[in-house]
Amino acid sequence: MAEEADRKPLLSKKIDNFFSGLASAWSFVSRFFKEVFLPPYELKEVVHQCYRIGVESLPLISLTGFIVGIVFTNQSRPSLSEFGATSWLPSLISIAVVRAMGPLVTALIAAGKMGSSIGAEIGSMKVTEQIDAMEVSATNPFKFLVVTRVLATTFMIPILVMYTDFVALMGSFLSVNANEMVSMTTFFVQVFESISFLDITSSVLKSLLFGFTIGIVGCYKGYNSSKGTEGVGRAANSAVVMAMFLIFIEELLVLQIVNAIRMM
Amino acid sequence: MEEKVVEIQGLKKSFGDLDVLKGVDLDLHKGENLVVLGKSGSGKSVLIKIMVGLLKQDEGSMRVLGEEVSTLNTRALNAFRLKIGFSFQNSALYDSMTVRENMEFPLVRNVKNLTRGEITKKIEELLDSVGLPQSINQMPSELSGGQKKRIGVARTLILNPEIMLYDEPTAGLDPITCMDINNLIVQVREQYNTSSIVITHDLTCAKVTGDRQAVLLDGQFKAIGSFDEVFAHAKDGRVKSFYDYNFIDT
Repeated sequence: MAEEADRKPLLSKKIDNFFSGLASAWSFVSRFFKEVFLPPYELKEVVHQCYRIGVESLPLISLTGFIVGIVFTNQSRPSLSEFGATSWLPSLISIAVVRAMGPLVTALIAAGKMGSSIGAEIGSMKVTEQIDAMEVSATNPFKFLVVTRVLATTFMIPILVMYTDFVALMGSFLSVNANEMVSMTTFFVQVFESISFLDITSSVLKSLLFGFTIGIVGCYKGYNSSKGTEGVGRAANSAVVMAMFLIFIEELLVLQIVNAIRMM
Repeated sequence: MEEKVVEIQGLKKSFGDLDVLKGVDLDLHKGENLVVLGKSGSGKSVLIKIMVGLLKQDEGSMRVLGEEVSTLNTRALNAFRLKIGFSFQNSALYDSMTVRENMEFPLVRNVKNLTRGEITKKIEELLDSVGLPQSINQMPSELSGGQKKRIGVARTLILNPEIMLYDEPTAGLDPITCMDINNLIVQVREQYNTSSIVITHDLTCAKVTGDRQAVLLDGQFKAIGSFDEVFAHAKDGRVKSFYDYNFIDT
């Protein structure tokens, strides 16, 4: 009985924290949508952030996409060869890469690289009063730091996803070409025959959603980090964990919606 | 008596159960350097953060340059903030930007139609006045603590503020650099015709920079006056001990 009484405040505190956290996240997201349409538009900073997020991620994305293409092709070959269906490899790979693996792999890498970087950067700016310094110099720090970064991740992730798709398909082609002697034209004809307009649209829309999630979660965690260096580390870490978790949930939801559309 | 640029009456501020400011009254006159002394955690920084709208008071009035700060809307608050320079305790330089970009940041966002040449000229003039003309292209990480403070002050001066707020300007600096910063605070008042509030617990800084001293203890000002008035005849034991625990040789 006494044990139960001890537990109650802790449980109610946790529930309180959960709902107040939810309310604070909701108000942060609402503020983003309010501020994004209001001037001044920090276009120069948006371009700078797009460059940082896009160009600086290219080496990592290229390597990962290429490896994913080769590995997935090599892993799928034995199963298909059992049925004498290795000629379906380009179709299988294209569907897997465009529908799921390209967006998911890019988003997860971006969440790890950019989400943590955004969380740590904004968190350390908060701790060292740089955000306050912006505010007292009559600059809106939310617009300069949050809106620009969220826009940059939202715009750049779909572009990076398309690039990852291309690199993964090139990796896959190398493997198919080496083993099945398929020409590039034949490979890519099969690739494009297998994917539909819905696949591409859903991939782009999903990437926009992933990009927005990575940006907003990184900014939210950084902007609300507690004082001290420990808080900065925690902000960076939780930005990655939360973004990855949300990306998987979104992937699941988008998949259900797209499948429902496909059935119609 | 010069006109009042800051009038604080009955200001109260709490954080949860902790009452930090318990009814503070204070005036700052035009052209005056006022030093607010007090122990760490006594609410000195809270006071100046309320002054620029970074925090809101629970009760009381804070009139700065004729404006009741807590009632200003976002647009009015931004216009008001251009008249106040805030030098942060750890300088708060934007560490991803060079010194030039740090100084440009408030200028290009708040003063329209400036040419590149005019911006550069203004930055160079200010860097000259704080004695760091050579650091224009350096990153904050390449600067010493004292240099960062100077650049922080220069950045706030770029908008020609009427009031300067210094939050612990000498914290964490060696005695010689402290003296340089103290002299800079005096120089800024003379050169830019500002009124200032200096938050510190360093009595040397207080004596060199302040026309008046105000000692904040237990959320209220226990003594206000010239350095000698406050410390030579201190009746409150805590004010006296504040003096006794500082070594002054100026």
